[in-house]
Amino acid sequence: MRKQHFYHALKVDEQLCFGCTHCMNVCPTDAIRIRDGIASIHRNLCVDCGECMKVCPVEAIFVEQDDFQNIFDYKYRVAVLPSVFIGQFSKQISEGEIIDVLKGLGFTHVVPAEATVDSLNEAMLEVHNADHEKPLISSFCPSIVRLIQVKFPGLVNNIIATKPPIDSTAIYYRKLLLDEGKKAEDIGIFYVTPCASKIATVKDPVGESTSFVDGVINMDFLYNKVYHVLKTRGEEYTQKDENVPYISPKGLKWSLTDGESDHMKGRCLAIDEIHNVISFLEKVENDEVINVDFLELRACDQSCAGGVLLTENRFLTVERLKTRAERLEKTKDYYTEITPVHKEFIKDTLQLGKIEPRSVMSLDEDMGTALKKMERVRRIMCYLPGIDCGACGAPNCESLARDIVMKDAHLSNCVFLQRMMEKTKKLDPMHSIRIIEKTWGKDRLDKDCKKKGAKNESL
Amino acid sequence: MEFNYEVEGGNFAKAGNAASSVKKVLKQLNVDPKVIKRVVVALYEGEVNVVAHAYKGNIMVDIDTARIFIRIQDEGPGIPDIDLAMTVGYSTASAMVREMGFGAGMGLPNMKRNADSLKLSSKVGEGTIVELTTNLSK
Repeated sequence: MRKQHFYHALKVDEQLCFGCTHCMNVCPTDAIRIRDGIASIHRNLCVDCGECMKVCPVEAIFVEQDDFQNIFDYKYRVAVLPSVFIGQFSKQISEGEIIDVLKGLGFTHVVPAEATVDSLNEAMLEVHNADHEKPLISSFCPSIVRLIQVKFPGLVNNIIATKPPIDSTAIYYRKLLLDEGKKAEDIGIFYVTPCASKIATVKDPVGESTSFVDGVINMDFLYNKVYHVLKTRGEEYTQKDENVPYISPKGLKWSLTDGESDHMKGRCLAIDEIHNVISFLEKVENDEVINVDFLELRACDQSCAGGVLLTENRFLTVERLKTRAERLEKTKDYYTEITPVHKEFIKDTLQLGKIEPRSVMSLDEDMGTALKKMERVRRIMCYLPGIDCGACGAPNCESLARDIVMKDAHLSNCVFLQRMMEKTKKLDPMHSIRIIEKTWGKDRLDKDCKKKGAKNESL
Repeated sequence: MEFNYEVEGGNFAKAGNAASSVKKVLKQLNVDPKVIKRVVVALYEGEVNVVAHAYKGNIMVDIDTARIFIRIQDEGPGIPDIDLAMTVGYSTASAMVREMGFGAGMGLPNMKRNADSLKLSSKVGEGTIVELTTNLSK
């Protein structure tokens, strides 16, 4: 079978993880198994949605980031900043203030990640007018693009092949600085990410061969730094930057739910949260949903405001961003500042490479073999209890049956079948203990009063 | 390999369950996404037909490496004029069904378009059998 791997930003801390199954049960692509007492993520199935990280009770799932000090390797240090970063701060703090603080931390330039949305929007509308398979699906959310590649291969051609705003903004800004006469090796572009999937796409862009940024900084890390400065600075502060270039009402709201669909034509739907997206795409695939022109699909509830690396509550973030956008809309005090020449440049570089389906769901490349394997899965399912308890280390009985057929697990991994095998003397009770320890780790069955909810709970 | 699904007449909430389930199977069998799409669209139409017109029905899907065969059998009013039923835009769906967005007279023609062969037999007052075959040429 073709082995292609996605780059993944989500990692499991083997010291912290204690194999609690929360992540395994919530994973929308059944990509997690428990082995030797810790969660392991199946690299081909993971779409970097971050649901596992959100649900982990001990913060054992984390997002790898570049060392902040790396920015000082460059003379010109650019932060590409998604609007939801600003949305986390109360409206008393102006956009200019936040950017001042970021500059104080070491950045020489701060550019909103949504700076290029007008050009992007135009390109998307051109695709709408062209003879393209409908419904069009936005390529904004990298997790959704990966989800479609993995789970809905029949819909890859519906994805609009334009780069997400962060990519095109990074490309544009680098070009701008080069045109100003700055040396290429002096420019470092850093993306402040709200989620795992954006990092993954920055490190390994779908349909592209090279990355557009020099590093990634997690949004929660930077939020803490900025918040700390705002909380501890004295009264003497006066804002230096009055107007913030590239911030527009449309850009501020682009990454929120309805941010794109409000600016597309025809019948548009915006759906957020990955499980909602999956159930909707099931319908699209069956042709149950017809006459829809555009789908804005986002993996997180409340779109990027619900990103796993945001600190502030997502509903507050949405409300604050909308208030900022409304204020700008009233004062009209914004300008986009992109020259016609650069607009052309942005348009020319927007095209994304081909998005290929990845048939990782299949049991075998050869249909005849796959049929045989499926027959075995169905036979095994006759014996498994069907209660999806997860005690075997797989999220449900069907996954275990699949794993057995794919030679990644054994029938005796099922605790119910273990009892039956012991009853018929096919399995020694000591052996089943060893099997359980193999899944859940050694000493896992021992008394432990420090676990959550126990007598001496300590986290 | 055979799969069987029961279809409940009148329950539109469940229409599409068989299609979704078959789709999941075909993806695991590494069938070409384009073929999957055609099979699933035809099956979904068939499912909706049973839900809209019949009292109850049964769907049998048989898959081998050469073809996908689907038989949709229902207990229902039957079709008096098959040629007319195959006409695009012709529908006997009730006002209630139309209100829900079904009954455009596209069901059977759409099934025919998406399958390699369609066989239809019906007895008025007893029910209808639709047989769809999709070839899996390499």
